[in-house]
Amino acid sequence: MEKKNSNKNDYWKSNIKYVTILLSVWFTVSYGFGIILVEQLNQFQIGGFPLGFWFSQQGSIYVFVILIFLYIYLMNKLDKKFK
Amino acid sequence: MELQSWIWLLVGLSFTLYIAIAIWSRAGDTKEFYIAGRGVPPIANGMATAADWMSAASFISMAGIISFIGYDGSVYLMGWTGGYVLLALLLAPYLRKFGKFTVPDFIGERYYSSTARLVAIFCALIVSFTYVAGQMRGVGVVFSRYLEVDINTGVFIGMAIVLFYAVLGGMKGITYTQVAQYCVLIFAFLIPAIFISFLSTGWVIPQIGFGSTDQNGMYLLDKLNSLHNELGFNNYTSGSKSILDMLLITLALMVGTAGLPHVIVRFFTVKKVSDARKSAGWALLFIAILYTTAPAIAVFARINLIETTNNKTYSNMPTWFKKWEETGLIEFTDKNNDQIIQYSADANKNELIIDRDIMVLANPEIAQLPNWVIALLAAGALAAALSTAAGLLLVISSSISHDLIKGIIYPKVNEKQELVAARISSFVAVMLAGYFGINPPGFVAATVALAFGLAAASFFPAIVMGIFSLKMNKEGAICGMIAGMSLMLVYMLKFKFGWFGGGNSSQWWFGISPEGFGSIAMLFNFLISIIVSKFTKKVPIEVQRLVLEIRKP
Repeated sequence: MEKKNSNKNDYWKSNIKYVTILLSVWFTVSYGFGIILVEQLNQFQIGGFPLGFWFSQQGSIYVFVILIFLYIYLMNKLDKKFK
Repeated sequence: MELQSWIWLLVGLSFTLYIAIAIWSRAGDTKEFYIAGRGVPPIANGMATAADWMSAASFISMAGIISFIGYDGSVYLMGWTGGYVLLALLLAPYLRKFGKFTVPDFIGERYYSSTARLVAIFCALIVSFTYVAGQMRGVGVVFSRYLEVDINTGVFIGMAIVLFYAVLGGMKGITYTQVAQYCVLIFAFLIPAIFISFLSTGWVIPQIGFGSTDQNGMYLLDKLNSLHNELGFNNYTSGSKSILDMLLITLALMVGTAGLPHVIVRFFTVKKVSDARKSAGWALLFIAILYTTAPAIAVFARINLIETTNNKTYSNMPTWFKKWEETGLIEFTDKNNDQIIQYSADANKNELIIDRDIMVLANPEIAQLPNWVIALLAAGALAAALSTAAGLLLVISSSISHDLIKGIIYPKVNEKQELVAARISSFVAVMLAGYFGINPPGFVAATVALAFGLAAASFFPAIVMGIFSLKMNKEGAICGMIAGMSLMLVYMLKFKFGWFGGGNSSQWWFGISPEGFGSIAMLFNFLISIIVSKFTKKVPIEVQRLVLEIRKP
């Protein structure tokens, strides 16, 4: 019983850790690169895009998609471990 | 083939498809009616969520808005996609694990209180009604523009279709028609974008095209910036809003997305918890295809428009210009009587007024694409409006039959009666939505922002704390929801509708726009909830157990 309990706790703790890390990336690419640092990043170019502008209209959206699929992968692994 | 025949053919075909799907997937019991029997595969659910989510506004207006405001339009792109990360990481899996039918179900049980459920029902109804009125109007507008029927006739046709598959099929019917509608709308959005990207830059992928060069080797964005400077507009790639306002609007849209009941309820329809996460991933991928194409269309359309019209002789304008002039979406007033169109940021000199919707609607004609592409666009716009309307109507009907009648007024209702009640309330909801579509309240545009603000200020904090905190009690949650919602309503009514003395943008609190204020109201909700919960009774042990249960794998 006790072992089971600590297992459950570990599962929740790992989950919280993943969520925290992924959400800090979520925050950085959109609010950070897309808004707060946009002027500084616009001094760099990728192709014809000023970098900050690219993050706000393209890059952040691509990263959002990757973040969710990363979370799906991590949680499926975690689910298996605690089954 | 004539354009009109193409349009009738494609719209007719797509409507026949939706009706056939509805007949094939009609609901037999309440579980099928509310949550499609929990048997929707994640990819199908992802497509349905994407269609549910992308409304007439996303399809027709968003690219146009970005086209006119450039970088400032990023708030919509990031705000309406980033919310899915919150959904996948913070809400969807746990709500699916909880395993009930609606959002008020969760709020009512987690906060062990019918008052909490009632507040949630009230929020769900307000949010969904403000949204659905705009969709029915959208159906009417598309019909009237493309099929030359009266707007009201268009609304009636839309009502009849939605009525058929929402009342008959419930969530099951809606889900599978939304899958078909997603395919129609994304195809219709991408085809013109790909053509135009290829014509302007040689790239078939629009997302790459708008960052590359034209025939003369000049980057499109540099060209657009210099055109803007010539005409006196701001640089396209830099903004005019304050950083604080950009941050708050983006946050309000993201959190509002994650709190919208018609989006959340889609995650109740899958078999397992892991499928809820997968659905969110697929949904965002399918949405991202449209949302990353829209800013590309914005740039191509803006350049084409300026180059075709500015400093050109009016009598030499192409046929699409004349055609859209008749609809009133383009207006030319020759202020200096030189027969030449002058487009300018200076209102006194400017002779051209362009409606933002034209950027998507006239796109195929500007690029001289074949008639079937234009017809496809009409079918796509209708698919976008109908799919969102149907999802909202389901939330409205289940709030009434399931949450209000079964949950509070008459809990003894049996399965059969509840299904009848669900069908009657969705019938009434369609009628009401149709009424608002025909007699649109003047505030429709403003209320979309209100719907997001309210969802952000009410549901999001209550659900998140319900999952991640064992200490949040009913007193805290109820006070928080009411406080957040009231603050949002007051700010909105004051600055959008002129109540409580009104006010203009210079009187906004700390310079925060009403669109961004949802973030503040949300924080206020969190704050009030936490303070109140500190001074009131503890959460009962069996509810704490329920919370621990939904956190398990």
